[in-house]
Amino acid sequence: MSIGRFLIIVATTYLGLLAVTFFIGRVIPIDPVLAIVGDRAPAHVIERTREEMGLNLPYWQQFLLYVKGVFQGDFGRSVLTTNPVMEDIRRVFPATVELATLGTLIGALIGVPLGVLAAVKRGSVTDQIVRVIGLIGYSVPIFWLGLLALLVFYARLRWTAGPGRIDVVFEYTFTPITGFYLLDSILRRDWAAFRDIFAHIVLPASLLGYFSLAYISRMTRSFMLNELSQEYIVAARAKGLSETRIIWAHALRNAAVPLVTVIALSYAGLLEGSVLTETVFAWPGLGLYITDSLQNADMNAVLGGTIVIGSVFIGINLFADLLYRTLDPRTRNA
Amino acid sequence: MSLATMTRRDWLLSERPQSRMQARLGRTYVTWRRFSANRLALAGLAIIVALLIVAALADVISPHSPVIGDLRGSRLLPPGPEHWLGTDGQGRDILSRLIHGSRLTLFVVVLVAIIAAPVGLLVGTVAGYAGGWTDAILMRITDIFLAFPKLILALAFVAALGPGIENAVLAIAITSWPPYARIARAETMTVRNSDYIAAVRLMGASPLRIVILHIMPLCISSLIVRVTLDMAGIILTAAGLGFLGLGAQPPLPEWGAMIADGRRFILDQWWVAAAPGAAILIVSLGFNLLGDGLRDALDPRGGGQ
Repeated sequence: MSIGRFLIIVATTYLGLLAVTFFIGRVIPIDPVLAIVGDRAPAHVIERTREEMGLNLPYWQQFLLYVKGVFQGDFGRSVLTTNPVMEDIRRVFPATVELATLGTLIGALIGVPLGVLAAVKRGSVTDQIVRVIGLIGYSVPIFWLGLLALLVFYARLRWTAGPGRIDVVFEYTFTPITGFYLLDSILRRDWAAFRDIFAHIVLPASLLGYFSLAYISRMTRSFMLNELSQEYIVAARAKGLSETRIIWAHALRNAAVPLVTVIALSYAGLLEGSVLTETVFAWPGLGLYITDSLQNADMNAVLGGTIVIGSVFIGINLFADLLYRTLDPRTRNA
Repeated sequence: MSLATMTRRDWLLSERPQSRMQARLGRTYVTWRRFSANRLALAGLAIIVALLIVAALADVISPHSPVIGDLRGSRLLPPGPEHWLGTDGQGRDILSRLIHGSRLTLFVVVLVAIIAAPVGLLVGTVAGYAGGWTDAILMRITDIFLAFPKLILALAFVAALGPGIENAVLAIAITSWPPYARIARAETMTVRNSDYIAAVRLMGASPLRIVILHIMPLCISSLIVRVTLDMAGIILTAAGLGFLGLGAQPPLPEWGAMIADGRRFILDQWWVAAAPGAAILIVSLGFNLLGDGLRDALDPRGGGQ
């Protein structure tokens, strides 16, 4: 794929995203002005607001203005917090990234070995168990599992901390640097805060981890089965290599290329999937921000959040695609 | 075994079917044999059949009213002989609500499938058969939609359209047609240059007729598999929207909304939230198992096995 073609794909995909959010924000509502000034406003106020918002212009002109605004990082103001939406998002986004990153780490570190194991012992009880674990991961409502996890591990067993990101005790003593609290507490050498932050993040992160584990283990299994049936594996066996070495050094190494793509995709999926998890765990990230804004009909904030998550999601998708093409020499000149 | 069953089986498995009906029945029989050899797939089928029966007979088998509860006498009762799964915050029998909720779940799943699958089928077959610019543009649009985060987009759509189960269905359908278009296009590409299409074209059939009568039917089976596999995702998205208060509105017994309702009581009356979640899990699992089984039975070459 040439660079020009890739750029066209990137550009059209992002324009498509903006077109859809524009459509949702400007075209579907019967009158966006009423949402701002209320239905008791006098006619001249309504007319002036229409003019100010540029609603008298044709749609294509409005869309161009909209795209221009988004590129300048202007998503309008949030009705709920009265801050510019971009400022709010900058504040809450690290919490979501931290959670999704940890979740993906857990999912990959457990999911890949499970998938390898299932492929090696194909058809065995282990294989069946891994399959069922995966299937349940695909079928369970994640917010429900989160509620049950809170009930069991926080309320009953007292193993973890409850909802939220950090205890109120640390509210004034702990000042974040990067916004990634685990990292910040290490940088500040504040071990009490680190323990507390870890106790808060472990439950939602494990939950997201399980979610991505289901996907990663299934894909690992099918990639590994594909590799293990190749002739070079037979050659390696004939050479007398140990089974461990064949599996981990030869087969997994070759399966690693599509696996990287899968892990990147599941990372993007977790960024999106965090919406429901964050709601359950009162995790102050972008997902909670979007749902809070939804409850208050704060469309600027909802659409701003949608665009940010959408952009990152698309970015990772395209990046994974590009990575696959670069890492696998077979696809280079295809 | 009696002679009759043996001959019937031979008739079904005949290498030289005498009629079109015999060929069809024979193929169905072979598919069914492959499907029913898979015990997990049968379990999935059983779950879905049970769901259909429960939904059909909801009025007959539910022991109490799903929307009217006894606020004074039976609030938040634990599971017991009178209320098998307990009661919720408004004294309503949870089992009855689950039974009636199965209708809403089916409503959402069937409606999304009815809207999204034909759209995907049409886009995919037209793109695949027409080729050239039409193909390039339609597939670019499909890829754009495919790259979107589905849940977030559905959220934004419902936020704009207003909460409600119909809008939730619409929002999910809008975000779920692209994979069907991709599949339909791939299938179309494999048959568009075959001789039988050329023969139909020579007989003077219009492109529209060729696409609808001669290409679409061939895409149906892989589409059905994919739709079945997607059903679990649709149920989970709908439940997520319901949980956020954007799907079915009270007092409708939608399972996701019931979990949100039980969230307030999770610490002391956990069964209020646990029961609907378990129902969602079982039904999604059923669809996933059924979909996996169908895929393996209809397409013995590849798939996940």
